Amino acid sequence: MVTPLIEAKGLTRVYEMRRGLFGKAIPVRAVDDLSIKVLPGETLGVVGESGSGKSTLGRMLLGIDPAQAGAVTFEGHPMPAFGTAEWRALRARMQLVYQDPLAALDRRLTIATQIREPLDIHNLLTKSQRDGRVQALMAAVGLRPDQADRYPHELSGGQRQRAVIARALASHPSLIVCDEPVSALDVSIQAQVVNMLRDLQDEFQIGMVFISHDLKVVRNVADRVAVMYLGRIVEEALSDVIFASPRHPYTQALVSSVPVPGQPLKGRMILQGEPPNPADRPSGCAFHPRCPLATDICRTSVPALRTIGVGRSAACHLVEGATAPIAA
Amino acid sequence: MSFDLVEIRDLKVAFDGTQVLHGINLSVDRGEALGLVGESGCGKSVTWLAALGLLPGKAAISGSVRIEGNELCSAPRQALERVRGGRIAMIFQDPSSSLNPVIRIGRQITEALTLHRGIGGETARAEALRLLDMVGIPDARRRFDLFPHEFSGGQCQRLMIAMALAGQPDLLIADEPTTALDATIQAQILDLLNQLRAETGMATVFISHDLGAVSQVCERVCVMYAGRIVEQGSITQLFSRPRHPYTRGLFDAIPRLDGPRTRLVPIPGTVPNPKQLTAGCAFSPRCAHSVASCDFQRPELDVMEDGRRLACFNPVLADEPTPALQTVMEDA
Repeated sequence: MVTPLIEAKGLTRVYEMRRGLFGKAIPVRAVDDLSIKVLPGETLGVVGESGSGKSTLGRMLLGIDPAQAGAVTFEGHPMPAFGTAEWRALRARMQLVYQDPLAALDRRLTIATQIREPLDIHNLLTKSQRDGRVQALMAAVGLRPDQADRYPHELSGGQRQRAVIARALASHPSLIVCDEPVSALDVSIQAQVVNMLRDLQDEFQIGMVFISHDLKVVRNVADRVAVMYLGRIVEEALSDVIFASPRHPYTQALVSSVPVPGQPLKGRMILQGEPPNPADRPSGCAFHPRCPLATDICRTSVPALRTIGVGRSAACHLVEGATAPIAA
Repeated sequence: MSFDLVEIRDLKVAFDGTQVLHGINLSVDRGEALGLVGESGCGKSVTWLAALGLLPGKAAISGSVRIEGNELCSAPRQALERVRGGRIAMIFQDPSSSLNPVIRIGRQITEALTLHRGIGGETARAEALRLLDMVGIPDARRRFDLFPHEFSGGQCQRLMIAMALAGQPDLLIADEPTTALDATIQAQILDLLNQLRAETGMATVFISHDLGAVSQVCERVCVMYAGRIVEQGSITQLFSRPRHPYTRGLFDAIPRLDGPRTRLVPIPGTVPNPKQLTAGCAFSPRCAHSVASCDFQRPELDVMEDGRRLACFNPVLADEPTPALQTVMEDA
């Protein structure tokens, strides 16, 4: 069996939130006993609404946010602690791409300098080879050579995101965590960047965790998709399968809520209510207050993530064909 | 003679000498839902900000904006203030920055009622509660005296809509009202906008870059590119047979949720810099359909046989199938 590129078991992250200056600290379970794995060269899509913990999960996979419980292994080895020399060395192999490229770039440095930075920091290649590598990276992400000396504000949003991606690729990572990489871009530019990410991934066989709230983009990029609700995975399956036949009521509502051009709003499943506050988690299944199918058992007992078919799992009491819980 | 509710003629806007809006002609009928679609910087928001006199002083505006025949464009401030909020209300993308964070929401809504309808006291409170019920704020009575930060993003947008409805406007302009919201909440707000239009009969202008969202709220759509309308028609016309290569390109660029996973079809290049527009069609550098004349001559927005308006010398053929749309039409 292939060793997973990255594997997380029982990950839990609890933030403390204070109401007011002297208020009591309330624990917020941003990520709750969550297990996932990504194989080499595979793309795992993570979807969910704001507050579902998908960005926290991305940061925990890279070891930026420490886990209170559970563990992450990278290529079979435990993730070193945040800030240690081993962790820093490992960061060359795993990179992060954020949503807002202008915030991720230093406004006072040229694009070429910034793409070169990971090579300087991790002391990769000889100094003379680095310039060549920067040129090759810029070409790979579709930036023109004359843009090397430009500053971030001189580029368009799409070009900035290309520069951020080039920088992330500089150290030959085997894993990239992309947190909403195309959400801030216009549709026509979004398609350019999505195509580019897919090409780069094919070319360099990079494993990718693609975090997004945009189901249409995720379907197009990811091989496998995990749907998160309030810090837990509620359904996981192959990308084509999960969008064609969602089984969890939440996934069904999400898929149904995607506006398709030319299709009327009527007949779509519109969820009532808002995603609940993670600090005030409902009892039983966290989705039950908004679920049209909820029964008594949903209000009292938390459904475990169970296998419901080949390579498919869902956490719902009502999904049929569920077998034994997946061991964490 | 009857007028359209709002009629915009040859509206032009320039910032510091750079022209960003190049003569927009647009009319909104009573009770109609009109969509304005385009990428960032195409002028879809500026059109309405200019119409309502909401642009900063440095913007040079020319042209005519009439509401039921009354000119707004050079109107004095008092005349504008009677229209803004009263006849035409506007809601924006980010509701939390449009609400005053230090004033209780009940007071913010009654303030609008006092301003536009001259009611106060208990009457205003009762009316505000009715509006809050109407936009679907649960438990409005108890939450009347809460602050904006105590509401979620989706609920803040509902509050903004309630405030916009306070003046009983004839036209609601919704500028990207669902862009900052989660998918399931977005569906709720679109549903609410449809429902309110059916109940109150007010016209809606829905500004968005999301063609999917537009098709669920609007009857008629204008597609804008670089400060001009390039195609205009009914939802069915535009969505089943887009004729302008840009409209077609926008459809093809949207990833699909069903059918086989194929490579996306982006529009190459980027939106032109408004300072460096050529004499020709602004879209021609990115256009696969462009012919020689596109580079130096600009196509006018002309009426086609089927009633749509189109500004293109070499449009996409009417029977050229749109691969990205076939299955949708079968489903519908």
